[in-house]
Amino acid sequence: MSNETSLGSSTTHEDIVDTLSFFDDWEERYTYIIELGKALPPYPEALKIESHLVRGCQSQVWLHIEVNDDGTLSLYVDSDALIVRGLAAIVLAALNQKTPQQILDFDMQAYFQAIDLLKHISPTRGNGVQSMVERIRHEAQKRLAA
Amino acid sequence: MAFDVDALRTEFPTLGQKPYGKPLVYLDNAATTQKPQVVIDAIERYYREQNSNVHRGAHYLGDVATHAMEEARATVASFLNASREEVIWTKGTTDALNLVAHSLGSHVLSAGDEVLISTLEHHANIVPWQQICTLTGASIKVIPLKTDGTLALEQLENLLTERTKIVAVAHASNALGTINDIAALVQKARQIGAYVVVDGAQAVSHFPVDVKQLDCDFYAFSGHKVFGPTGIGVLYGKRELLEAIPPYQTGGEMIETVSFETSTWNRLPYKFEAGTPHIAGAIGLGAALTWLMQQDRQALWEHESALLAHATEHARAFAGMRIIGDNNSKVGVLSFLIEGTHPSDVGTLLDQQGIAVRTGHHCTMPLMDSLGIPGTVRAAFAPYNTLEDVDALFTGLHKIMNFL
Ligand SMILES: Cc1ncc(COP(=O)(O)O)c(C=O)c1O
Repeated sequence: MSNETSLGSSTTHEDIVDTLSFFDDWEERYTYIIELGKALPPYPEALKIESHLVRGCQSQVWLHIEVNDDGTLSLYVDSDALIVRGLAAIVLAALNQKTPQQILDFDMQAYFQAIDLLKHISPTRGNGVQSMVERIRHEAQKRLAA
Repeated sequence: MAFDVDALRTEFPTLGQKPYGKPLVYLDNAATTQKPQVVIDAIERYYREQNSNVHRGAHYLGDVATHAMEEARATVASFLNASREEVIWTKGTTDALNLVAHSLGSHVLSAGDEVLISTLEHHANIVPWQQICTLTGASIKVIPLKTDGTLALEQLENLLTERTKIVAVAHASNALGTINDIAALVQKARQIGAYVVVDGAQAVSHFPVDVKQLDCDFYAFSGHKVFGPTGIGVLYGKRELLEAIPPYQTGGEMIETVSFETSTWNRLPYKFEAGTPHIAGAIGLGAALTWLMQQDRQALWEHESALLAHATEHARAFAGMRIIGDNNSKVGVLSFLIEGTHPSDVGTLLDQQGIAVRTGHHCTMPLMDSLGIPGTVRAAFAPYNTLEDVDALFTGLHKIMNFL
């Protein structure tokens, strides 16, 4: 069972690092990031509820996690901001359809550092991306413990 | 002498920074202002030549530091037209408002009383009142906002009742820029005997403030928003009131005598200054205000007004742009939304071009709720901004419309 996106399957985090390293101006980079956001799996409208909301002070993120039969996690994310959707897609390229252990082993800091977007996942950024990553990791931890 | 913005800019070293290799266009002045060299020098001089604890008068350096800090207090007093006993050092506006809410609130509020605030308040002038209301059984009432972003002061007659004990309102709105008519508010509040607390965080850097003329009871501001350092702010209070209300924090410095059973309070202003104060900050703030008072403030105001007028003109011509808080009683703040775009995307893409603005709810969630919007993009001007900065903002905005 997968969630109808290439993110985390045919589009991997290595692909993202490769592509982003290719661009040298901000316009290309952000055009690509915004484009990536369009590849997010469709987020179920019915789940745009308080308990799925990750609040940031500049934008907000919706997050829904499903456990697949094989133990991997399907991640569904949406946001009201395009760049945040793109950043979420970058996260999904690494964490979607992965096992809890793979999720916990993944070094998100190093990844965002490599693509020079670290500032977007700083704890004080307020766009909700960092909190979203924490929630995914928390869920993975719960699954491992279960 | 004509106002020379280029000369002014040379006094602010940070303005020469080059984010991502691009010239900095700093339009986040409502969040914090940059610091002139004289402020940086004053802080450095303190640590190099004057560092000592204050009011413990045991030695030469202690006297030097005490003198420097008290001189800064006298500068604040003259800046506000207050006396030095009425100037209390705080960490900033938030700390000052917490002090008043606690000390004045616990002194005058009881069950059934009301605190009147306004729709456009910063969270710092809402939450402390909620806390003291919960403790005392009082409640909060709110002055509504009109669609142009000004307060519906004509409703004051109905909102002010014999139960209203405190009125707490911003002098200028951080999110919209609206300047509120504090003098009129004080006059109305006086008629029913309510105390008036003014959040001056967004006012003092823009225009001269005279607390005697306003006749407010308390006035709060932050050093860092008026060209001074962070971590220092001021609470002005009328002497009789400061004498009457209990202290906020307790401990060293603020006492006269202490036994294990009881303590007596130090004289004003020390009664409200528990612990070692932010000496370097106070001295830096003194330097900032001295610097500001040496400027031709009318010329600064006119320059800022020209920046705002230029920005507003650009905004009206920009397809899909809506000014939030469109009125002509504003400090240099342009808050806006562009149809079909999210403020956070706009902010990120402006940042890539070296343009610093603030996006989001600006710590005014009830205001955003009342306007039915999640937030805005805010460009906030200071006297060191130029018409070219304004043009750069709009060039940048036009550019990002290709993305969004
Ligand atoms: C109107 C207003 N009040 C209060 C504050 C809080 O100031 P500080 O964070 O310096 O305590 C701010 C600053 O954001 C403000 O703009």
